Amino acid sequence: MTERVVIVGGGTGGTVLANDLADRLEPELDAGDVEVTLINDDPDHVYKPVWLYVPFGQREPADGRRALDELVDEAVDLRIDRVTEIDTDARRLRFDGGEPSMEYDHLVLATGSTLEPDRVPGLAEGGHDYYSESGATALRDELLEFTEGELVLSVVGTPHMCPAAPLEFVFMADDWFRERGLREDVDITYTYPIQRVHGNPHIAEWARPIMEERDIEVETFFNAESVDSDAETVTSMEGTELDYDLLVTIPPHGGVDLIEAAGLGDDGWVDVDKHTLEAEAAEDVYALGDTADTGVPNAGSVAHYQAGVVGRRLASEVRGRPATATYDGKTLCFVETGMDSASFVEFDYETPPSPAPPSEKLHWSKLAYNESYWLTARGLL
Amino acid sequence: MTDIEPDETVDARGAACPGPLMDLIGAIRGAESGDVVRLLSDSEGSLTDVPEWAEEAGNELLAVEELDDHNAFYVEKA
Repeated sequence: MTERVVIVGGGTGGTVLANDLADRLEPELDAGDVEVTLINDDPDHVYKPVWLYVPFGQREPADGRRALDELVDEAVDLRIDRVTEIDTDARRLRFDGGEPSMEYDHLVLATGSTLEPDRVPGLAEGGHDYYSESGATALRDELLEFTEGELVLSVVGTPHMCPAAPLEFVFMADDWFRERGLREDVDITYTYPIQRVHGNPHIAEWARPIMEERDIEVETFFNAESVDSDAETVTSMEGTELDYDLLVTIPPHGGVDLIEAAGLGDDGWVDVDKHTLEAEAAEDVYALGDTADTGVPNAGSVAHYQAGVVGRRLASEVRGRPATATYDGKTLCFVETGMDSASFVEFDYETPPSPAPPSEKLHWSKLAYNESYWLTARGLL
Repeated sequence: MTDIEPDETVDARGAACPGPLMDLIGAIRGAESGDVVRLLSDSEGSLTDVPEWAEEAGNELLAVEELDDHNAFYVEKA
């Protein structure tokens, strides 16, 4: 009997896993013993880190898009459709538009994050973001014209995709305005919801002195409660009001509703064993990337490493062997500290991050990785 | 044991810092003035994070209950 592996979500985690399984299970796929299906609601795969560079006029959103059917191994059945219901008892998925349902033996959820700006009144009208393709291009149009005034970067909530990206944005903006001779006319303020500038204390300790050196104002314990786009003010739950001329926010994030509806976890994140990535509430269900509630950052490198673990575990299960591969929390990030310098961090569940001294070499390493990302998506790197 | 009756309980046990505080902030955001939110956390950081944030935001930390393997924080929204 053919075993059916179904992956929902064609972002980094889902795509790397599909290609990993195509390679790892090649004999079983050739023999028809296994089927691997990847379901995504968009025919394109999107590499979101490109959006950080769009507002500065350095990249185009198209640089981060490729057709999934060009990236995914032909041994994988690619289906462009939207899953509307997960029934873990019947092991069945239902789809938008009354399409026939699909049964699975092994399910992997890699549905990622969604932006929820409407959770804060006025945010959608008054704030810009670079966490969506449309947001990044709209912000580019504003930023390229911006020559003086108050630029406020507000992290509205955590967890959010790429925890380093808010720091990267203000470091890049600071350097970009300096290079253009405009920095004295632009004030930059960074806000963060807790009492330090980043969720990870080691990264916060590293970043705070750089912000002081570069005259980036900081407001901690700032949880945006409302935005008044007419008055151009943002007010926090803690009672602080900031004026802005250009407001850039990291909007609140959530997962997808069908995960909560399926009883797999709250807010669209799946409760998992943080080492095996198996769902706690259902059998034969894995989650990876942003979808897995492991406490590690929502980052592409995490999804990449987790896909390798789930790939090895699924191959063992399909072959009737005990699954022994585990995820150790490995995370790896390049962190831009300007327009031509970057740092680098690597950490896991046991080892805290220790950011490398910023250098031009690390900046070019980040750009080189961005170019070679498509090899990662194909499962080659 | 406290006899405070919470209006809402947020179970953040198992979450790493700053997850429990962010879960509390999310619950307070959706609560009415005068509501009491109980946060369950086994993160050491919550022992400093929660009182500091409650004071900063003007909310009142009514009690911290030490239980076997976690703490319960009772916060009243201002």
